[in-house]
Amino acid sequence: MIVKRNELTWFERLYLPALIGGLKVTTRHFLNTLTTKTPVTQQYPEEPTRVLPGYRGAPYLVRDQDGATKCVSCQLCEFVCPPKAIRITPPGPTGQPADRTNAEKMPEEFEINMLRCIFCGLCQEVCPEEAIFLKSDFSLTGLARSEMIYDKEKLLALGGTHPGIQKWKHKLDEAKEQETFPVKA
Amino acid sequence: MAWLDSLSPQTQFVFFTLLKIACVLGPLLTLVAYAVLAERKVSALIQDRVGPNRVNLPLIGSIPVIGPFLTKLGFWHPLVDGVKSFIKEDFTPAHVRKIYFWLAPAIALVPAFLVVAVIPFGSTLGAQKMVIADLNVGILYTFGIVSLGVYGIVLAGYAANSKFPFLGGIRASAQMISYEIAMGMSVIPVFLVVGDLNLGKIIEHQAQNGWNAFPVFGGGFSAQSLLLIPCGVISFVIFFISALAETNRLPFDMAESESELVSGYHTEYSSMKFGMFFIGEYANMFAGAAMMTTLFLGGWTLPFLGLDVPPADGEWFKGLLHIGIFMGKMLAFMFIFMWIRWMLPRFRYDQLMDLGWRRMIPLALANIILTAAVLALTNR
Repeated sequence: MIVKRNELTWFERLYLPALIGGLKVTTRHFLNTLTTKTPVTQQYPEEPTRVLPGYRGAPYLVRDQDGATKCVSCQLCEFVCPPKAIRITPPGPTGQPADRTNAEKMPEEFEINMLRCIFCGLCQEVCPEEAIFLKSDFSLTGLARSEMIYDKEKLLALGGTHPGIQKWKHKLDEAKEQETFPVKA
Repeated sequence: MAWLDSLSPQTQFVFFTLLKIACVLGPLLTLVAYAVLAERKVSALIQDRVGPNRVNLPLIGSIPVIGPFLTKLGFWHPLVDGVKSFIKEDFTPAHVRKIYFWLAPAIALVPAFLVVAVIPFGSTLGAQKMVIADLNVGILYTFGIVSLGVYGIVLAGYAANSKFPFLGGIRASAQMISYEIAMGMSVIPVFLVVGDLNLGKIIEHQAQNGWNAFPVFGGGFSAQSLLLIPCGVISFVIFFISALAETNRLPFDMAESESELVSGYHTEYSSMKFGMFFIGEYANMFAGAAMMTTLFLGGWTLPFLGLDVPPADGEWFKGLLHIGIFMGKMLAFMFIFMWIRWMLPRFRYDQLMDLGWRRMIPLALANIILTAAVLALTNR
């Protein structure tokens, strides 16, 4: 594409139109901010920040509607995790059985190193049990590296309860939605 | 005040001069600090932001309404900024030319303050004229000192011994030298009209015949005053643009140009050495604003309510009011400086030189001839 560049008229070359235009814009913004008092700034620590749906924050484990652990310790997320932030200790043959029906086992220990996590969401995508979700937390702080390794209890507590056992239903819906275009939000 | 009268005139002169220096430098440094805050607040408002609103002092912050209001205003930020720049590490890079590196901030700072010496910032208080040095050649002194300002920047660019400061220094020298010519030529019409180089006399003339920037009120309308309006406007506009260039303000901040040269000539500086450049820059802005007020906007006078004559004996309030009027005009110019910063993008280097040499200087020359012609024809 060729952009046509018009010769500036002598009036434009006086810088005056540009100057007056700039004056108008800055004056308008100055007075608006001064009077209506609605600056775009978010006062972050005082006002909580809005996170849009679909935001990929910290990954947490969720419980089902009965408060039981959804994770069945299949270790798919551990294998798919690009930075190897997840470490799962399976219960083994003598370990504790799952605390819910329709499941053989649950993890003995489930650790996510939040310093390694890159918040890519592959664990959520790969999980066949819908047991791990990227929530909206983005400001994770700790005083030591060891504090930033979240264990099973902490992850379950932060994740909360996920409504309804609807294994595979959401996956099916998602797959159907991918067939049509445009994809529904 | 008997002990004052017992002193010899020379001692009295020294005493009052020192007092005036203290009374000017203190407020000037405070104003510089708060100009930085004002700059941040004005830019925030223009960009729909909030600006600095964090610093809270322990005791004053707990006063019900005033404390939070001052915090929201960012009132304590200059204080904290100052403390911060003093306690930061003063780092000297290994590759710099040490002597010049230490010298440059001082050379940048001193001329900015020296200019203030000749500016009449008020009429009289008691028997004292409100000017530190009432020089007969005030304006020549000012231009001499202002030209020194460029050496600090050039030295800083040379001393840092690295590429970006060096480029900043080169640009600054070319720019400031070019615009100084236009600046010097733009005030010649003022002297043609006034016929004196003393800044006090220039203000007196403006009180009687109207402000130089727009000489209508005062002496009333006459053929001469009407014909002198375009001359005054042109020389004021040229002086204003040159003042922007001389103080390295946008749209002429070639010496710094953050997006191109990191931060130009003071890239390698830290701590209070950087602070001195910063203070120097804002003090220069104040000096420029004061010069414009004095030369073109009638200094401490206002053309109504009898505010255009020095106060009679004992009228202390009027004397203080004159200082207030001067400050008001100066601060208005400071606001315009800050406003323009967010209005215009930076000139390209060749555009800058083109504007300086091929527009401003011929225009200023033409204006001298025009003014001289008007004065000769209307036969004052």
